[in-house]
Amino acid sequence: MTQSAVTEAPVTGVDPPAVGRDLRRRWILLAVGLTAALVLPWFIYPPVAMDIVAMALFAIALDILLGYTGLLSFGHAAFWGSSAYVTGLIATHYGVPFPVAVIGGAVFAMILAVPLGYLSVRRSGIYFAMVTLAFAQMVYFIGYQWSDLTGGENGLQGVPRSFFGIDLVETDSFYFYYAALPILLLGMWAAWRIVHSPFGRVLMSIRDNTPRARALGYEVEKYKLIAFVLSAGLTGLAGGVFAINHGFVALTELHWSTSGEVVLMAVLGGIGTLWGGVLGAFLAVMLADYLASSGFHGIDLVTGTVFILVVLLFRRGLWGTVRHRWLVRQQRRTAAAGPAER
Amino acid sequence: MLAVTADARVAVRTRALTKVFRGFRAVDAVDLEVREGSVHALVGPNGAGKTTLFNLLTGFLTPTSGTILVFDEDVTGQPPERVARRGVARSFQITSLFETLTSREHVELALQGLTSQGFRFWRSEKLLGRDRARVEDLLEQVGLLRLADKPVGLLAYGQKRALELSLVLALEPRLMLLDEPTAGMGIEDVDRTIELIRRIAAGRTVVLVDHNMRVVGSLADRVTVLQQGRILAEGPYDEVRNDERVITAYLGEADHA
Ligand SMILES: Nc1ncnc2c1ncn2[C@@H]1O[C@H](COP(=O)(O)OP(=O)(O)O)[C@@H](O)[C@H]1O
Ligand SMILES: [Mg+2]
Repeated sequence: MTQSAVTEAPVTGVDPPAVGRDLRRRWILLAVGLTAALVLPWFIYPPVAMDIVAMALFAIALDILLGYTGLLSFGHAAFWGSSAYVTGLIATHYGVPFPVAVIGGAVFAMILAVPLGYLSVRRSGIYFAMVTLAFAQMVYFIGYQWSDLTGGENGLQGVPRSFFGIDLVETDSFYFYYAALPILLLGMWAAWRIVHSPFGRVLMSIRDNTPRARALGYEVEKYKLIAFVLSAGLTGLAGGVFAINHGFVALTELHWSTSGEVVLMAVLGGIGTLWGGVLGAFLAVMLADYLASSGFHGIDLVTGTVFILVVLLFRRGLWGTVRHRWLVRQQRRTAAAGPAER
Repeated sequence: MLAVTADARVAVRTRALTKVFRGFRAVDAVDLEVREGSVHALVGPNGAGKTTLFNLLTGFLTPTSGTILVFDEDVTGQPPERVARRGVARSFQITSLFETLTSREHVELALQGLTSQGFRFWRSEKLLGRDRARVEDLLEQVGLLRLADKPVGLLAYGQKRALELSLVLALEPRLMLLDEPTAGMGIEDVDRTIELIRRIAAGRTVVLVDHNMRVVGSLADRVTVLQQGRILAEGPYDEVRNDERVITAYLGEADHA
């Protein structure tokens, strides 16, 4: 009798990537996802649609660390928020087209990630989470104190949305969505490339068995640091677009609750899947938006409850569970088709 | 960097190597010398400190005191990846694999370990499979080729042990440390593994821990017996086997011999 790698293996709660590499299914998913991204602002208020896609990239960027490297960062608000501020400041003071400002913000997030990552990746497990949280709190404190630059508690107001003088994009959030979407999709593509690269394979081996990876000669800390910086950069892209989308940067973007929210989205959707981040962000933003527009005030209570329920009922998150079921079914079919080699 | 000395060249030399765990001396003032090109067996009852010694030699543990020289270079206190990059590969006593990857992916990872290809986050993972012939040759050597694309979670215990060996081999090491490579294997697998180790030992130095005396007897040029963290005896297999102290030390462990 064959055991199943899918049901037995995941100590990490992450499914084997090797099972069920079905290319056709991948392309269909991609087509569905892209179509959804393209029609989203027809069905959802465009600024909210933009938030969904930005948050999706945020969750995906976090997942590079959480799902693929096995590092729980609880300080990603530092990169999201600082990029939002830097993007806002560049846009305000230099009047450059917004994509340039966003890239500036992302670069800043990456630069910030170098020392923070350097000091964090030497820790693992809960200690890594604590160190990242502590650093993010420092960044929050700087944002709060340096109010000449950041507007302190009032936030950074009146961030312009320049786009080569194209009026429609600059004034209409529907068109802005389509102008900003390529940046976020590019970020998602980059995340996909990273996790499906030789580098990504090393990250997964570090996640699965760090001592073994070391014994093979892998300089684990270097890999973790690079993953950290890349994750911060993609987070920065998302945070920058978010800032331009709102024309405003609130101090909340640096707050620890933002770090918690993105962890929640990633876990809700399912870590180590990339698509999980998209699903998690979609659900979390839609739920928050629905509750807010119905005048409900206990948003955190409801999202928190949903989160706990999902984690209890679906250990692998929503997308992770769907994927897992699919893999098990596929494996059964393969097993039935031919006698398994033992 | 060839420090040629009058006597045979030395692959590993430890001086007064000691590891203390909360007052317990797991490795106690060990002076070990492994000649280059030899197969050197490390035997001793359970808890003698063999695995701890391996962990010290490969940087997984930092010695409490003493020094470690590998190919005449001081590696004391260096992290595992640095030691690995000096051509030292180890297998793990407790099978230690990446549960979600296939055998093929394991070997691909091992082949890439000493290069800088692993940093290429902008390339496709297909790059890893470029040296297909070499990957398949390594899997063939340990008899795993037909199982190459199974996640290792599905492999039998003996097959996992074999994969461990192929990972060590993939590193093309100058020095191999094998921690109980035949533990839990059936008799045919043991024979095959002995042949495999004999073959791969050519031109390399091997330090081998094994409880199976047939394995030790047929492979080892020299044997060091450890007991309670100390070296009890050392010499050629036949000499050590008949040493009275060794026989006494092993009496309680007769089932392993
Ligand atoms: N990390 C550790 N912490 C505390 N004690 C340890 C540790 N590793 C090994 N030991 C102890 O050191 C002794 C030697 O263990 P080990 O080197 O595994 O022996 P062997 O491999 O010869 O069977 C044992 O008594 C074991 O309990
Ligand atoms: Mg041992």
